[in-house]
Amino acid sequence: MPNTIVKLSNVSQFFGSVIALQDINIEIYPAEVHCLLGDNGAGKSTLIKILAGIYQPSQGEVRFEDQAVRLKSAKQALDLGIATVYQDLALVPLMSISRNFFMGREITKGWGPLRYFDVTTADRIAMTGLAEMGIQVRDPKQLVGTMSGGEQQCLAIARAIYFGAKVLILDEPTAALGVKQSAIVLKVIAKARSRGLAVIFITHNVHHAYPVADKFTLLNRGRSLGTYQKQNIAREEVLEMMSGSAELAEMESDMNEYERDSTTKNCPSLSEASPNDN
Amino acid sequence: MNIDDKGNLVTAASDSDERVRDISAIHALVSRPDFGAIAGLVLVLFLFAMIAGDSGMFAADGILNWATVSAQLAILAVGACLLMISGEFDLSMGSMIGFCGMVIAIPTVYWSWPIWSSLLLTLSVASLIGALIGYIVVRTKLPSFIVSLAFLFILRGLTIALSILFTNKTIVSGVNNGAEDDWLAPLFGGEFGQSIFNWLAQIGVMDTYADGEPIVTGIPMVIIWSIALACISSWVLFFTRFGNWIFATGGDPKAASNMGIPTAKVKVILFMFTAFCAAVYASCQVIEFGSAAADRGVLKEFEAIIAVVIGGTLLTGGYGSVLGALFGALIFGVVQIGLFFSGISSDWFRVFLGIMLLMAVLFNNFIRQRLTR
Repeated sequence: MPNTIVKLSNVSQFFGSVIALQDINIEIYPAEVHCLLGDNGAGKSTLIKILAGIYQPSQGEVRFEDQAVRLKSAKQALDLGIATVYQDLALVPLMSISRNFFMGREITKGWGPLRYFDVTTADRIAMTGLAEMGIQVRDPKQLVGTMSGGEQQCLAIARAIYFGAKVLILDEPTAALGVKQSAIVLKVIAKARSRGLAVIFITHNVHHAYPVADKFTLLNRGRSLGTYQKQNIAREEVLEMMSGSAELAEMESDMNEYERDSTTKNCPSLSEASPNDN
Repeated sequence: MNIDDKGNLVTAASDSDERVRDISAIHALVSRPDFGAIAGLVLVLFLFAMIAGDSGMFAADGILNWATVSAQLAILAVGACLLMISGEFDLSMGSMIGFCGMVIAIPTVYWSWPIWSSLLLTLSVASLIGALIGYIVVRTKLPSFIVSLAFLFILRGLTIALSILFTNKTIVSGVNNGAEDDWLAPLFGGEFGQSIFNWLAQIGVMDTYADGEPIVTGIPMVIIWSIALACISSWVLFFTRFGNWIFATGGDPKAASNMGIPTAKVKVILFMFTAFCAAVYASCQVIEFGSAAADRGVLKEFEAIIAVVIGGTLLTGGYGSVLGALFGALIFGVVQIGLFFSGISSDWFRVFLGIMLLMAVLFNNFIRQRLTR
């Protein structure tokens, strides 16, 4: 087994009396897609923010490349090579691909007051960066707003990789995407893994993560339900553990109940009531 | 979901590739932010060439006339353009003009300051007030519309109150006494290339008055200022790191600051630049007329915004062009002077302006929807 790149030992996070995370142990290895699964409120976001340097854990230890680190800011995490791609992607739709690619980290040429943004090189790097991830773009001057959701996600990932990410944290990268668009993103994630990056893939949807993930860590109400190798666990088992079979069964019976209600009740009374609401 | 389905995905991408390339030439032209302004300028020039072509509007002095009017507005529009791309407005520009005029005139006339020192004082005071407006906007996160509206009244009120307090007048004249010997004043009130125009008159290319003086003696500095400010701003906007920050700040402030762009700093600097542009405008005006009046620059902030919007900059920020703002100002000048030359009552100017603004906004909206679809 190679060395871990990020290791969390007994990490807990408290917000006043609220226990957001309790005794989390996770080992992240290079060239591996580690999927963090959990329902809303399971503590996924808190965990990301600890890894991204936004929160400092209340207890426990974070190790990066076998060194204990205390991440004080997002910038410090980024400097170490822990890059987070949030759901809003930090892209500007009205700017071109290459301008977005270098946003805040523009490459410049020239000297003193005549220093300028090297647009030609930026265009070329953005194109090759995307091409390496398997995304063909027509024109680096194309506005990001014209790209599909999947392509935008890939641009954000390619940007993080180009700027030296070793650990890539993806927050719900496929949440807003259709099947075809998700496939593009998963392909890029697989490419990132083959380049030796550790990918932390956060989602609440097993189906999106299952094809590309190597390991699963399940979170439920701030606690870890354990980490599983993909070959040791079937998709259905993951799903069941995540939501808890009892809860699913309960939901099913609720749904049946609701259906029966709405068919027996008088529908006209509902439609009469609704205009008055407005 | 099949992630090994690479063949399909690549084909899909290259399909859309071909589809776009077919219309790319037109698309590239139409999707320029300043396309509307270029088209509009060609249109109004053509229009006035038809109806006022023989009235002298396109003779040397006629051109100088509308070029000067346009240049004055362009100085304001350039500043307003960058600020608007970063997502903010400055409605205090007009009042700033009146205020700056008094800051030049009162020390020069009443306290016997040399003109250069009053000019430098004005440029610095304006930049400081700009910084204050910007600071309030970024700290309180209030809409700049409201904050700068407050300064529209504060500055206008201060101008009148202070000029009454110090001079008991609202018009201060006599600024130009000693302007010829000053080293800085000619930069705002002088003319450029007089020897060339004299030479043109001597060889008979340029018409002359009876006493041998050429009709146009030189290019007013206000035109030089507008071109210089537009060129520098355009270069900064499109070809520097700071320009990328301006676009990002206006396009999506949250994304920009997530990527480490100091959006507050960008905005404050642009508020300072806008105020600086208003100060340049005021300096040119005061040196040219030799006087300052407390009511100078009324409504100029709106004229600047109109020129910027006609130039294709989005009201919501994040997209636009300085060249467009320059063309917007030119349209403004051509129409204003063109109506005079063609004998149409200038009462119609505002009607035309309003319609033009409405059309430009509708057109910009349409373009933005096309761009992000």
